[in-house]
Amino acid sequence: MNIAIDMDWLLTHSPALIVAIPLLGAFITPLISKIGDSVRNAWAIFIVLLTSFFVFLLANDILTNGSVRTYVFGGNTALINNSFAVRILFEVDGMNAFIAIIAAVLAIAGIIYSWSFMKEHTGLDKYYTLVLLMIAGMFGMILTGDMFNFFVFIEITSIASCALIAFYTNKGKAVDAGFKYIVISSVGALFILLAIGILYSQYNALNMAVLAGNIQYTFLDKIAFGLLIGGLAMKAGIVPMHMWLPDAYGRAPSSVSIILVGTTLAGLYGALRMTFTVYGNSLLTATTNKGDIPLYSIIGAIIVSLAIVTILIGVLMALKESDFKRMIGFAAVGEIGYMILAVGAALLALGTTYGDKALTGGIFHIINDALDVGLLFLVAGAVYYVTKETSLNKLGGLARHMKYTTVFFVIGLFAVSGMPPLNGFASKLLIYQSTYQVNPILAIVAILCSILLLAAFVKVFHSAFLGPKISKFEGAREVPKSMLIAMGFIACFIIFFGLFPNIVINSIIEPAKDAILNYTSYIGGIIP
Amino acid sequence: MISPEFLYSLLETLRTGSGVWNPISWIIVFVVAFLVVYIVRGFGKEDSQVKGEKAKVFLSGNPELEKEKMHVGGSNLYWGFTDMLSWVYRGLDKMHNGNVSDYIFWFVIVLGIFFILLGVL
Repeated sequence: MNIAIDMDWLLTHSPALIVAIPLLGAFITPLISKIGDSVRNAWAIFIVLLTSFFVFLLANDILTNGSVRTYVFGGNTALINNSFAVRILFEVDGMNAFIAIIAAVLAIAGIIYSWSFMKEHTGLDKYYTLVLLMIAGMFGMILTGDMFNFFVFIEITSIASCALIAFYTNKGKAVDAGFKYIVISSVGALFILLAIGILYSQYNALNMAVLAGNIQYTFLDKIAFGLLIGGLAMKAGIVPMHMWLPDAYGRAPSSVSIILVGTTLAGLYGALRMTFTVYGNSLLTATTNKGDIPLYSIIGAIIVSLAIVTILIGVLMALKESDFKRMIGFAAVGEIGYMILAVGAALLALGTTYGDKALTGGIFHIINDALDVGLLFLVAGAVYYVTKETSLNKLGGLARHMKYTTVFFVIGLFAVSGMPPLNGFASKLLIYQSTYQVNPILAIVAILCSILLLAAFVKVFHSAFLGPKISKFEGAREVPKSMLIAMGFIACFIIFFGLFPNIVINSIIEPAKDAILNYTSYIGGIIP
Repeated sequence: MISPEFLYSLLETLRTGSGVWNPISWIIVFVVAFLVVYIVRGFGKEDSQVKGEKAKVFLSGNPELEKEKMHVGGSNLYWGFTDMLSWVYRGLDKMHNGNVSDYIFWFVIVLGIFFILLGVL
């Protein structure tokens, strides 16, 4: 048996395996739980590591070769009789691979962190089942090339996420946050389903590439576009549809919050895929009804407006918030604003060097935000694990007891605030300098809000970690090793990405950007 | 075996279109600056620490509380800033009222704006 052939086989089937492994793993977890708690925890980690292995294998192939990989279920070709695209398929290009890497890193950290963080709780067979289901749904959203399949995976992710957000069923606020999340997710998903129905009724296809090749941007297409972007913007937590996000992030266990960051970014990925690929041909070539203004400029201006409001409201609310985890939730909203600011600026300056740099910065910031916010959620979880407290008014002096956690918090603080030399600075610098070319006011607001974000996290550092010893935390000790390993795992990425941004940009950001801009290569993956 | 190309790529400068950023250079400058400060600090007098009455905390004439009670909590840290922007925060608090019906209301408003813009333009 030739190992090289086996690797090829694995690579060919990896898109399906990335979803199938956590999905099957989830349903076997309750049975494994009967053997013992440690076996169950090890099983969940094994499943996530195995899934991540396939993610990295697939991503390495796609990012190195710049190829598009298609995996058709139930047949060898996507089209029947060279025209009818009925088969479900996964289509993976540089952008899918990039988002899948983020999801894999967050899932690994979340599942390792869970080992100690959740050990005091009951119902962990259900917890691990739901976490693996959420991971399967998230990868499905990222990899699928079929619109209806995309909706199904949104629903799988939403249901699993809702149950996990409300995992602390003894706390009313957690159940309340879970309820809000499922209402918001269901409404958003139903609007997405309505949009898919509109597109199917016109083009007789659900395949993203086939739709992208045929879409005419009719009146009905415009309605479908509004519904799709509205629904996905709500999933991504863009203001003013963000209110569920601090509730959900704040009340979920921290090990879940970090994976929820991945599902939110999967929603953002969906919005990018719809805008740049499914509607790419129409939006990048059409002009407005009024004359010669390109449509992409108008869409860019709308996105920039939403981005500025998102950044301002996210950061201002973070500055005022006194609950540690909700504060990170608001900061995450602000960070999403930076990503879409870059995307909007890229559309406004499409075809120019700084438009190109803006998109590079925006895509780079997606992975940086996931790592930075993810690390801060893990730190908040560590603080809660030791003190059973998340209110910044009641915490204090924890640096005396939790030295490693404090170091990880400082790394997260500097990274998320865009302080050199960490990763947030590199991506934000690209965003500041490119948006300055579009309009200096945009860059000024972005820089000002970064300073306010730094102030917000300095507040956390002062009130939770600095100050005199608090008598009720006298017995506080550093968190167990699995939690430190998870935090250290994310912190290593943050430091590496900060010190060597060019390596990251050249190896994973540029292929993702090319995939987003060259929608024809995505269409070419299905239609010869 | 680490190739020279890989080592060179570690030292590459990020070009932003209108500027450059090299973290390694920044760290070298930072370390040198730190060493200079550390050396200058070494010239200071060892017995320069303030002691006695001058070392006591002055709180506008109020008595100093025990240390644990002196810790400023998260809500009070930027009181001046948030108070100055209270008119903004009143609006934001109304927006974040925790009512899921209002969350959906905002979604409907945004959809309405999208439809108007996409229809008109």
